[in-house]
Amino acid sequence: METKNTNYLNIKGWGVDADPKNEPTYPMKRYTGDDHGRLTWIRPTQQPETIEVLRSIERPTVSAVFGTAQPPSGLSGIIRRQAFKYSESSFNHWLPLLLADRINVVEGLIDDVVHGRMSSLLKDYMGKGAKAQGRRRTTLGVVAGVVLMSFAASYLFKHRRKNN
Amino acid sequence: MMLAMNYRGPRNVRIDRKPYPEILHPNDAIVRVTRSCICGSDLHLYHGMVPDTRVGTTFGHEFIGVVEEIGPSVQQLKKGDHVIVPFNIACGTCAFCKQELYGNCHESNSQATAVGGIFGYSHTAGGFDGGQAEYVRVPYADVGPMIIPPEMDADDAVLLTDVLPTGYQAAEMGGIKKGDTVVIFGAGPVGIMAAKCSWLFGAGRVIVIDHLEYRLEFVRNYAQCEAYNFRSLNDPVVFLKKETGWLGADVCIDAVGADAAGSALHTITGKKLMLQAGAAIALHWAINSVKKGGIVSIVGVYGPTGNLIPIGNVVNKGITIRANQASVKRLLPKLISHIQAGYIDPKAIITHRVPLEEVADAYHIFSSKLDNCIKPVLIPPSARN
Repeated sequence: METKNTNYLNIKGWGVDADPKNEPTYPMKRYTGDDHGRLTWIRPTQQPETIEVLRSIERPTVSAVFGTAQPPSGLSGIIRRQAFKYSESSFNHWLPLLLADRINVVEGLIDDVVHGRMSSLLKDYMGKGAKAQGRRRTTLGVVAGVVLMSFAASYLFKHRRKNN
Repeated sequence: MMLAMNYRGPRNVRIDRKPYPEILHPNDAIVRVTRSCICGSDLHLYHGMVPDTRVGTTFGHEFIGVVEEIGPSVQQLKKGDHVIVPFNIACGTCAFCKQELYGNCHESNSQATAVGGIFGYSHTAGGFDGGQAEYVRVPYADVGPMIIPPEMDADDAVLLTDVLPTGYQAAEMGGIKKGDTVVIFGAGPVGIMAAKCSWLFGAGRVIVIDHLEYRLEFVRNYAQCEAYNFRSLNDPVVFLKKETGWLGADVCIDAVGADAAGSALHTITGKKLMLQAGAAIALHWAINSVKKGGIVSIVGVYGPTGNLIPIGNVVNKGITIRANQASVKRLLPKLISHIQAGYIDPKAIITHRVPLEEVADAYHIFSSKLDNCIKPVLIPPSARN
């Protein structure tokens, strides 16, 4: 194989981990056969289930530990619960989750308004930071896009009615 | 209450006050964060590409900190220890952890079986709050965290939580043999580390492909490799074939993942319409640039649905694909010794040190590749004094 950097032998640490026995390398390197025992390992102590935890139907129980951030709630929660009736192999699992994520954004906005966090919202848009500038640009872009699309749709609609 | 990053929707995060985390399991610890990074894969969350990313979640899987509180069964840590916390949450006892597959733990994520628990990486990765906060709950405290050696710089330590192990494992999974030509797609932090680590495995030639000139310039100097801008090449695959005697590279590494640039088709279907799990053009190029019988190593992060890649070429060329989340705990002792020996200087890739309170700006700068940003580190108020 052609080699351009002929000085590579001078690179500090060159070849220190070169090992002809590095095959099969990771992830097979430390294969023990333990997984042939299937779900028979001594499980860690179970974290108490004090909140609703959605569980993949590809496993029989919840994992011994789990995160407790943002349990499912509202309309997005209903959609998430439905999504978890399908396996990870199904688009019926993932696409509703993406939809729920978008609905959750609106729920978050409503929650901010209800809890009087208008200053946070305003700061997002009116701040002086690079991020606020970016959001203003994005918002302008979205508004411009929606206006243009509305004009285009109304033009097409009128044009079609005339033709009919 | 504590300061924490709060996800509000695609491209919208802010700093907020959230409740202090609690011990929820006997082997939990509460860690006061001293450094946390924004990872390139956090941008997939930030861009709304990872399903089940719930509003209100705190991101951050790259962090170090001081143990503030421990659960009753914790034996390996004590209050006051300054620890590296691997991004994978691993039990240490399941069949996969026993094989040192700490990124594939089966006892840390109820929501998906394909991925183990990861701090601050959506409910698809377990629904854990992350380390872009003042405090964080760390499950399985006896398994993952490792005490930072006293002489180690905190900036080096925080890059041992993900970036360096992921770059190293990318090269390791490539099965690099002495004299091999290794092509790395992506000059982000992981790609930079993969380039640097490829030499440790005895590579004879290391080539990095990206489109951001400042990153290409950085990787050329940092990893002493060749670096090319695919925007200035007609077709990067043909270029790489020519450069490798028309046979292809021995090893190709995808260090980009779902947010790749370089193909309008992939951008529209993967990032705009989300008809595939992100834009997979880097992986497409990797498969088509590697030699027959070569190895493609994937550490770039993709969503769980599916991607347009030339799987027919994988079959016809007899390519071996190796991929995984980095097994951080497994690699820490070796990588610490490599840093101590001076083979790798991780902290050199940090370009931005940002107060935690300015997390929203940090995300915007990193996401938009402003100000020659390569790696931003967030520093909470308690670590700034």
